[in-house]
Amino acid sequence: MTKHQKIDSLPSLDRRSFIIGTAATGLVFGYVALPEIKDALAAPAANFEPTVWYAIGNDGKVTVTVGKADMGQHIASTMAQLVAEELEASWKDMAIALASNDPKYNDPILGAAVTGGSWSTGMNFDAMCRAGAAGRITLIKAAAEMLGVPESELYARDSHVHHAKSKKSLSYAQIVAGGKANKAWTADELKAIKLKTPDQYTKIGQSLRQLDIPAKTNGTAKYGIDAFVPDMLYGKLALPPVRFGATVKSVDDSEAKKVPGFVKAVVVEDKTATTSGWVVAVANTYEGAKKAAAALKIDWDRGKYDNVSDQSIIDESRRLQKEGKEGFLFVKDGDSAAAMQKAAKVIDAEYLTSINIHCPLEPMNALALEKDGMWHIYTGNQFFTRTTIIGSVVAGTDPKNIALHQHFLGGGFGRRLESDMVVPAIAAAKAVGKPVKLIYAREDDMQMDFTRPLTYQKVKVGLDADGKAIAMEHDVIGAWPTAKWGIPAFLTPAVDRQRVGDTYEGLHDSFTVNGADYWYTIPNHTVRNYENKLAQGATPSGQLRSVAPAWTFWAVESTMDEIAHANGQDPVEMRLKMLDGAGANAGGDKPQNVGGAKRLANALRAAVGRSGYGAIKLGPNEGMGVACVSSQERASPTWTACVAHVKVDPKTGEVTLKKVTVAMDVGTIVNPDGVRAQIEGSIFWGASLAMLEKGSIKNGGIEQRNFDSYTPMRMSQIPEIDVSIIGNGEPAVGCGEPAVTVIAPAVGNAIFNAVGARVRSLPITAEQVKAAMKT
Amino acid sequence: MTTLNINGHDHSVDVPSDTPLLWVIREHLQMTGTKFGCGAGLCGACTVHLNGEAVRSCQTAVSQASGKKITTIEGLDPKGEHPLQRAWIAEQVPQCGYCQSGQIMQAASLLAKNSDPTKEEIVAHMDGNLCRCMTYARIQRAILRAAADMRGV
Repeated sequence: MTKHQKIDSLPSLDRRSFIIGTAATGLVFGYVALPEIKDALAAPAANFEPTVWYAIGNDGKVTVTVGKADMGQHIASTMAQLVAEELEASWKDMAIALASNDPKYNDPILGAAVTGGSWSTGMNFDAMCRAGAAGRITLIKAAAEMLGVPESELYARDSHVHHAKSKKSLSYAQIVAGGKANKAWTADELKAIKLKTPDQYTKIGQSLRQLDIPAKTNGTAKYGIDAFVPDMLYGKLALPPVRFGATVKSVDDSEAKKVPGFVKAVVVEDKTATTSGWVVAVANTYEGAKKAAAALKIDWDRGKYDNVSDQSIIDESRRLQKEGKEGFLFVKDGDSAAAMQKAAKVIDAEYLTSINIHCPLEPMNALALEKDGMWHIYTGNQFFTRTTIIGSVVAGTDPKNIALHQHFLGGGFGRRLESDMVVPAIAAAKAVGKPVKLIYAREDDMQMDFTRPLTYQKVKVGLDADGKAIAMEHDVIGAWPTAKWGIPAFLTPAVDRQRVGDTYEGLHDSFTVNGADYWYTIPNHTVRNYENKLAQGATPSGQLRSVAPAWTFWAVESTMDEIAHANGQDPVEMRLKMLDGAGANAGGDKPQNVGGAKRLANALRAAVGRSGYGAIKLGPNEGMGVACVSSQERASPTWTACVAHVKVDPKTGEVTLKKVTVAMDVGTIVNPDGVRAQIEGSIFWGASLAMLEKGSIKNGGIEQRNFDSYTPMRMSQIPEIDVSIIGNGEPAVGCGEPAVTVIAPAVGNAIFNAVGARVRSLPITAEQVKAAMKT
Repeated sequence: MTTLNINGHDHSVDVPSDTPLLWVIREHLQMTGTKFGCGAGLCGACTVHLNGEAVRSCQTAVSQASGKKITTIEGLDPKGEHPLQRAWIAEQVPQCGYCQSGQIMQAASLLAKNSDPTKEEIVAHMDGNLCRCMTYARIQRAILRAAADMRGV
């Protein structure tokens, strides 16, 4: 499984890639005040600041500073809800602020400022509760002094400290204004606090209204693209035809010079190799910059990847798999090779997923300016730790001179884990000596997306004479997005290797194979993870919402149905038998996976029961298919099951997704409506990726450039949904991604049950279904 | 100089006549509630009203908007309490929120003419507005809620 290693040092530059240098250990950023701008959110009035995470003002307003990027998962509101629970603050008094890149706001578990992996709630639950409790304890102590009564006679509720005997009470505003509440808590003191038990919760488990929503209904919410500073210019990219590897040979700006307001064409020098061959047209308006960019005549050397296509990537993956030498062992249970020899029947199949494009609706952008030796960058970003380093290299300054000012993200989905948007903004601002706001056109944003990698998987299952699975071999091959980050701590040693200091020795990108370590009991199980270096070089890829489980479970859960059909078992019954919780599948080696496979079996029962599977009569060419997943990681699984109900047109192969039923066990539900919103969105995401979104590479370039050729789901295409959330008081796990991963296999299995066509490539197209029906 | 009447106020701007209204509203006048999404009329994030009709401001030249009544999300309701805005909060619609100004402006042009739309009419009217967070189910519910509110039921 993926093991989280605390990031205790920062990456340093090493030619093309970043690696952690021990010399960088302990690098500390300075915290800088915001220069005078129209900022996203006001800085909190810091009258009482028990921990770094929030401050209470004289007016009683509790402003929680959130180190997580808020991209619509309402994580800022969730953090505030956890603080408010233990602080006993009224919800109306809570406000949120978005943290800068000061390392004091780093994730307490990860030791970095990064938002992803559906980690945030689980990893910050304890820290936020302790922070809230610390404030309450200090406020009660101060109130005891002010009222002249013993602390033991006081209790806190609704932003007040009450004394029952005298019926006196003091508001938090009064206590803070009194100046006696001023303790800053140490880590050890926070650790010693006794927290509430779940039966004492009054806010956790309530659908409190998300604090960020009102500003998102009236146009006042500020995104990176909404930042302004005085005297700023605009930048528009002029990009090479290939995704990566191009270099600029020459730039002719003679036509651009005719555009009013044109300032300069800047060739981006990028030692971090985040970008290649990019040019920025700078002008005094965005529309001017756009005209100038189009007027530039640029001659590029297209580099070594200009012949790369989907097919050449697939060919290379097939070659690597066949050769079988370069795989890293991710799972090794028993002896699958020996068991396969004894199998009475072998199922052997290839699974593919296309590249996919994030295209959050806010295109990438950044505003960069240098003032008094500090670089200020205004943007929305999921990975401040890495973006700080990349920004510092491009600016040619120390990382402590980079101040990142966080904004709401107009969609993240993993796209803003990347740092590319700051590169041309800083390069342009440096070249013209003025602030530059750089906005990617939609075409730029799609063309230079850090896509979900094209994946190839080979699955082989051995069945004994009774049809029972006795061996499974699973090879997963594609580009490795996380390896590109250059932070060995984010990579995982192969199961037969050991981590060697801060090197890449024996490490692989387990974020591309999570999910293949499923919770079914199959005695002999081998999973190997391969890096397709051609794809890695040609198509710099990224984490796309739900990452590996969206392709590993596509293969695993389709395969489970193939096993069931091969031996005439009901796919649900067979899964329930294989989710027996034997051995390691009992779970509990990590707090969040307590209960193990049996919790997944329960989620499956819930979804099956809600859907009417096996009980309701289906129309002609209709079918229901199931899938169940433990996304995102074995250490932090969100037990999720799905039943998809489809209708297939046998003439055309066209699939209509009629209904999707999902049941999800999230342990502890912090905000039920918030969890539901995330599941709703991720069901549609899963369906969109399964059936509508296809990216492709040709001649080294991404072919899709706007929403006419890359087509996420629209309102007319959504299926009916039925969502069940299971909360059983176990530790909280993430809910923003897992449902994405369960949809495609459920749809594929439903298509098979409808018309007998097995599809093994995403997205599922009518042509593919039609072709599979004939075979 | 072009004069634009936005949310009841006249603004003079010195831009070429083919400049997209979007950039004038967002960047020249710094009214950033109107969003840039695709620049090609494919996503609806930049939707504003011209004389009450929903249009894509990225596909509207300032010359086409001059002399007309332009309404943006900031001017939909003086207090931000249009029935749709209240419904958007009640149904907790926005996730990232980036498309929601455009969604609300698109929906407002429907409800101005039809305060009792069917689900099919809502889908037909809203299908050009992308929501990458895919909050579509909640958008539908919020429009039905706002319509009922406007009808006083």
